[in-house]
Amino acid sequence: MTYLKKSPWVIHYDASSCNGCDIEVLAALTPVYDLERFGIINTGNPKHADIFLITGSVNEQNKEVVKNLYEQIPDPKVVVAIGICAASGGIFRECYNVLGGVDKVIPVDVFVPGCAARPESIIDGVVTALGILESKRLVMKENGKKTMEKSGSAE
Amino acid sequence: MIAEPVISIVNAVLFVLLAPLLGGLIAGIDRKVTARMQGRVGPPILQPFYDVGKLFEKENMVVTVTQHFYVLSYLVFMVVAGALFFSGGDMLLVIFAFTLSHIFLVLGAYASYSPYSHIGAERELIQIIAYEPMIIFTAVGMYMVTQSFNVSAIVNSGIPIILYLPGVFIGYLIVLTIKLRKSPFDLSTSHHAHQEIVKGVTTDFSGSNLGKIEIAHWYEYVFLLGVVYLFFGFNPVLAVAAIIIAYFLEILIDNTISRVKWQLTLRSAWLIAGTLGIVNLGVLYYLKGVIMP
Amino acid sequence: MNDLLFLIGFPVIIALLMLLVKDKIRNYIVIISALALGIASLYLLITYFNKNTVFFDIPFEPASKIMVVIEVLLAVYILYLGIKYKKYFTVALILLQAGLLLFLEIGLISDINPVKNLFIDQFSIIMALIIGIIGSLICVYALGYMETYHNRHSDIKDRRKLFFFIFFVFLSAMFGIVFSNNLMWVLFFWEITTICSFVLIGYSKTPEATNNAFLALSMNLLGGVAFIAALIYIAILDPSGKLFGLDALISSGYAIAIVPAVLICFAGITKAALMPFSSWLVGAMVAPTPVSALLHSSTMVKAGVYIIVRFAPVLALTTEGFIIAMVGAITFLLASGIAISQSNAKKVLAYSTIANLGLIVACAGVGTYNLMWVAILLIIFHAIAKSLLFLCVGTVENRTGSKNIEDMGGLIVRMPKIAMMMFIGMAGMFLAPFGMVISKWAAIEAFITAPYGLIFIAILAFGGSFTVFYWSKWMGKIISVMRHQEVIEDTVKKEKWAVLYILTALVVGVCLAFPLISTYLIEPFILNIYGVTTGLSQANFAIMIMMICLLLIMPLSMLFYRTGSKHVSPYMGGRTTEGEMKFSGTFGTMRELSLSNYYMEKYFGEDKVFYIGTLLCWGLLLIAGILLAGVIL
Repeated sequence: MTYLKKSPWVIHYDASSCNGCDIEVLAALTPVYDLERFGIINTGNPKHADIFLITGSVNEQNKEVVKNLYEQIPDPKVVVAIGICAASGGIFRECYNVLGGVDKVIPVDVFVPGCAARPESIIDGVVTALGILESKRLVMKENGKKTMEKSGSAE
Repeated sequence: MIAEPVISIVNAVLFVLLAPLLGGLIAGIDRKVTARMQGRVGPPILQPFYDVGKLFEKENMVVTVTQHFYVLSYLVFMVVAGALFFSGGDMLLVIFAFTLSHIFLVLGAYASYSPYSHIGAERELIQIIAYEPMIIFTAVGMYMVTQSFNVSAIVNSGIPIILYLPGVFIGYLIVLTIKLRKSPFDLSTSHHAHQEIVKGVTTDFSGSNLGKIEIAHWYEYVFLLGVVYLFFGFNPVLAVAAIIIAYFLEILIDNTISRVKWQLTLRSAWLIAGTLGIVNLGVLYYLKGVIMP
Repeated sequence: MNDLLFLIGFPVIIALLMLLVKDKIRNYIVIISALALGIASLYLLITYFNKNTVFFDIPFEPASKIMVVIEVLLAVYILYLGIKYKKYFTVALILLQAGLLLFLEIGLISDINPVKNLFIDQFSIIMALIIGIIGSLICVYALGYMETYHNRHSDIKDRRKLFFFIFFVFLSAMFGIVFSNNLMWVLFFWEITTICSFVLIGYSKTPEATNNAFLALSMNLLGGVAFIAALIYIAILDPSGKLFGLDALISSGYAIAIVPAVLICFAGITKAALMPFSSWLVGAMVAPTPVSALLHSSTMVKAGVYIIVRFAPVLALTTEGFIIAMVGAITFLLASGIAISQSNAKKVLAYSTIANLGLIVACAGVGTYNLMWVAILLIIFHAIAKSLLFLCVGTVENRTGSKNIEDMGGLIVRMPKIAMMMFIGMAGMFLAPFGMVISKWAAIEAFITAPYGLIFIAILAFGGSFTVFYWSKWMGKIISVMRHQEVIEDTVKKEKWAVLYILTALVVGVCLAFPLISTYLIEPFILNIYGVTTGLSQANFAIMIMMICLLLIMPLSMLFYRTGSKHVSPYMGGRTTEGEMKFSGTFGTMRELSLSNYYMEKYFGEDKVFYIGTLLCWGLLLIAGILLAGVIL
């Protein structure tokens, strides 16, 4: 059991979304759905975050930003792509500047479909992501133990 | 009877061990009450502990290794300041140790060359110099009433300090808002939703460093509320009630008043210190000369 | 007694040598004499620390006659320079001073013969140690600094022979001030230091330097005039010359001593650059940095506060003393405020010096026994930490060509050792548990039992927070880690490193050793004068030592964390950064990032605040003058 499940902090980034999905994400944080009761906090700082919520597709301008933010989130981390634009480019897929979904630049763990994705789907996606987060954490612990044993047996 | 130094050391050790638990609970109750005020359910009361637990599970990531040093120093000296206070030591020394630990936090923010941390650090410094005169006046006021700077003497004096220092008490409460990082004075960093310069002072800290900062904040809560206790030390029940009411007021103010600019913070804090603080002390000085021997 | 004469006389011999030798030989001679002076001062400590005040019978003549001749010669020299540079105010002052002096010498005291002219007590030992150790170290540092200085500024004439001559003459004069019991001799050495300061400030002979030199000269001459007026008053009061002895004057009681005390304290105020006379010290920063370190922070200005502390027993609990203390306190508050708005590093250090001198005078002016303890403690800690900071800033200036704090960003990467030493120096100025905070703590606890102490505590609380602000933001600037910059400190000379290391060690060492200093030097001195003494309680000593140890151990935590941390760039809104100095902006350009500190010009602008300070302090001095006039009449 890790603490990650009980206190997942979210960073939300709008890649090139029309803001429809973003509004639904913020709706999830309002008193109607009140995600804070699960310990979820929307922090705008990647260094403090565990879950990377991305909406919108990737284009030339924001692909570096998305990569930069992803790198600045400390492990273990999960990426949740919200909305059809983040999954594959959506209705803008054929545009000259759109590269496609978010998985073109960073590894995505959960795709939440919809245009715009509904708060219930978003919450469902985040809960799935929590499970993945926990397994990643266990893997990290294992690796950490393994490297310690390796350095121990090397001596 | 047990010797004085032994009691002091025992108190200090108890503080070091129990304060994080108490502080974390206070933080949790804070978030619950805030949520209820906003019409939400809110997180469980033990949430701050889950948060810190999670932070220590994260990867060790820094902008520069000096951040480890500054954060560790911040935590260590916060603990030292609090332990000194609860072991009954000299109140002025406690205040200076307290300032020392905050400077380390500021330096930690300066160490990473990011605009958000930098502005956060400048604002944190402004907060420090805004509240420092007032808390020195608090210590001086307590001396004037009890003839001692030692916390143990002040607590055991049995004098109703609040009756002599009402102005200082109100001044301290206003300055408490700055120290607890509550709106309207949460310029340099604040809890959760109230962002402006991203996370201000704590922007470039992550993982275990952030966890240590949070724990240091818990120690700080216990210490700050301990000072409120001193005003009512003659009646422990009244003191605890005062602490609860004072903290509730802080939460209420946090949720109702929006953040102000640093100029207003500085000016109002100094004005309050100057008027409420000095006038109260001045009146006390005069009265002591005239009425009391 | 031989030790005293050695300390006063030896630097004069070395000074004369300095006029003759060049470069390499000069280096050797300076280093050897620095060692000699340091050892002699320490020997003084060992010989006299456990004896109380010791007086030495030195004949008044012919030393005094020689002094008068030198003073007249110097007056003529200044007269000539004053006319040459058209500084008529200075000319007027020097004429007034020379006239008064001759009146005193010839008209009033032509046939006196006081005997107890030199003395030593614990306070003199402390001052002698500061002059002998810190002064010598700065002389050694000046060797390397002046060489680089002349390489950089090839347009300035190389007058290093004169420079080092004056340096050693100055050291001799300082020793003279702290060892002289006879006020006539104190005046002589006092005026020598004024001239030394004048010559050194004007070293580069630029118009700005010349103007500032004359400004310093005028203000110090004003003090000198007050000093002579005090001596004339004493001579009229007691033609036998007995009262020229410092000890005799101070113990003669309020009625007799208050007028000369206030006049001499006025001289001290001008020399210590308190408001309204602080502009000369700020202007003196155009001089080469060793000059600023030696004269204008650790030694000459300390002579000003030294004499005020000497007279504190006379001023204690009097209205005049209170007024002088208020001048000091207001200076502390306002100078600390101005320091916030300055970005020139030397000006920040200058205002910080002025502020701390004001604090010392505030303590001395109120004059209770525990405040005296604080004042002496402040003198010690300030001298060490401030000289370290000046020398570090000098080194930075030599390497980077800039004195601006905004250009010192990331110094810890470019000049790691220097940045660390600056860190320690600054910590010594405002962080617990280092010396200045101990003094501030003791000051609050002392003021609270003094009459009207509340006013001083209020000023101390606000001034103290200003201090925290300007030091912290400077500290933050130098420790910000901006990677990808080259290290430029490897070219600093060996003897400079030696000096800097020793001073840094002293900053920490004196903090750790201060319980000893207090017990063996300061407390006996105070006991002698007041009959009671004070110090920090045992428990608090222990806590301070613990905190210092903690502070020293903490950096070791860095070794523990060195491996295993993943490095990322700072958060710049998701923009990719290149070496933290540039980030990718719009249209694919790389834009440079610059961060600067807050200077709060609107609140703490130099002109506005200085104007307020001048008004307030002149007002206070006028009141003191009126009170004095009342006493005389």
